[in-house]
Amino acid sequence: MNPPWPNVRADFPVLHQQVNGKPLVYLDNGATSQKPRSVIDALVRYYERDNSNVHRGLHTLSMRATDAYEGARTRIANFINAADPAEIIFTRGTTESINLVARSWGHAHLKPGDVVLTTEFEHHSNLVPWQQAAKASGATLKYVPLLGADGEGGLDLAALDKLLTPQVKLFAFTHISNTLGTINPVAELCRKARAVGAVTVIDAAQSIGHIPLDVRQIGCDFLAFSGHKMCGPTGIGVLYGRRDLLDQLAPDETGGGMVVNVSYEQATWKPSPERFEAGTPNVADAIALGAACNYLDALGRDQIAAHDTALVKVAMEKLSALPGIRIIGPRVGAERSGLVSFAFANVHAHDVVTFADEDGVALRGGHHCNQPLMRKLGLTSTTRASFYLYNTEEEIDRLVASLQRIQKFFAG
Amino acid sequence: MQDLTDLYQSVILDHNRRPRNRGKLPTANRVAHGDNPSCGDQCTVYLRLDGDRIGDISFEGSGCAISQASASLMTLNLKGKTAPEAETIYAGVHELVTTGKVDEDNLSDLAALAGVHQFPARIKCATLGWHAALNALKGDPITATTETHKD
Ligand SMILES: Cc1ncc(COP(=O)(O)O)c(C=O)c1O
Repeated sequence: MNPPWPNVRADFPVLHQQVNGKPLVYLDNGATSQKPRSVIDALVRYYERDNSNVHRGLHTLSMRATDAYEGARTRIANFINAADPAEIIFTRGTTESINLVARSWGHAHLKPGDVVLTTEFEHHSNLVPWQQAAKASGATLKYVPLLGADGEGGLDLAALDKLLTPQVKLFAFTHISNTLGTINPVAELCRKARAVGAVTVIDAAQSIGHIPLDVRQIGCDFLAFSGHKMCGPTGIGVLYGRRDLLDQLAPDETGGGMVVNVSYEQATWKPSPERFEAGTPNVADAIALGAACNYLDALGRDQIAAHDTALVKVAMEKLSALPGIRIIGPRVGAERSGLVSFAFANVHAHDVVTFADEDGVALRGGHHCNQPLMRKLGLTSTTRASFYLYNTEEEIDRLVASLQRIQKFFAG
Repeated sequence: MQDLTDLYQSVILDHNRRPRNRGKLPTANRVAHGDNPSCGDQCTVYLRLDGDRIGDISFEGSGCAISQASASLMTLNLKGKTAPEAETIYAGVHELVTTGKVDEDNLSDLAALAGVHQFPARIKCATLGWHAALNALKGDPITATTETHKD
């Protein structure tokens, strides 16, 4: 189960190091992915050659920076098959993107009696902003249930049909659960929401770098993602919004760069995307995110998805054979994304992560920004192994060996 | 990295496997809760003050071996103590888990927590239950979080 691209690991400088005397096994890709040389080079090249402010200067460097920044926007529009680059708003990441919709759209459209719908397995960043928007507007927040004692049944679609009343003004849901590995049927969810006139918001943080994604085929209104989980830098992300919706939306932040005409009394706004990008944007990281799109497409996103799937299949088989393990999310053999969360009856996730680290294996332990879900499943924390394009079957064996050592140690 | 057996000493493993004074205390007249928001660990401490002494004490919660063992050891060390005595014992524990310095006279079995100082990320685990206990002693109904208290 080695990556299908020869020498792909050589593209990632960070992978080639020892941690605690052992070769690093990086299995925390759900938190953030590693960066290929081409993305790091794009950052360095920008700062060494083109660094300048955008949209303001008429000098050569400023024009180069502006071209590269707007080129990145077009590249990303193309990456998710948006109809128009103006539908791509650069943000800090998924969290900021969702907050922008919750505040701008929520403020304009939500009122008492309205319902905002989300699911029981959202990341805090696709949950708390809706709690806040509901509180601010007097709207009610409702949750589509998750099925199964281990969350193995996915979203309760029958319950969704009952919950989707004309009062629902917005439905926000994750594409792939960062904790369960569940892949939601996003196109179907958008279709159902549209039938009652609800606006859809998709949290694509875990899907964007892992599977082919086409916003027009999905049919969503808004979609949010982070660059750092798709081989891009931290500090840059995207809010995709349908052009007609964005044009009706008031900005959340105001200042330089987003105005047409300013007097001492008032100001008028530029159209999207500038309207939503007040101040000097994160030029370097946006350009590097464009480079990340190039990198992923050169490998092929369907091939990345196939590799993720192959790895997680092996991991599910090997992990489910460990005594006393409880795996949450889809069962062995069922469709799931490239991550596995699990708990041991007698060893806490933090102890697991500490011991695995001693073996050079990087895992995530905790509630995964999913506290209500943990509570629902009767857990306080899980350990998560999350895979990406550069992981190998041998690394899964290192993980399993480390877990066996931990179980032995704590069994005394 | 330091050897993990320094952190997971046999006393710690024993208290993690068989926590002492775990569960609700029906006779408690003080209770306080501690949360560690960064990792989701929780600890509730129940205690009964008889006059100015801790007549009985227990804890409930979930967390890693370090947090569970530390809370278990805490109950053994605080039973029968007054609030000022408890503060002094905690000062020693704090010193221990942040510097590794053992005050041989006062700490006894708590010395097993000395390894924690080599793992700064785990200091909060070791102090969670203690913060809750000190808050319970103050009759403080508020939730202690390790984010708002010094370790
Ligand atoms: C499903 C999901 N949504 C949202 C986020 C938040 O992303 P960010 O922290 O980059 O804003 C994450 C990342 O942890 C995630 O996994």
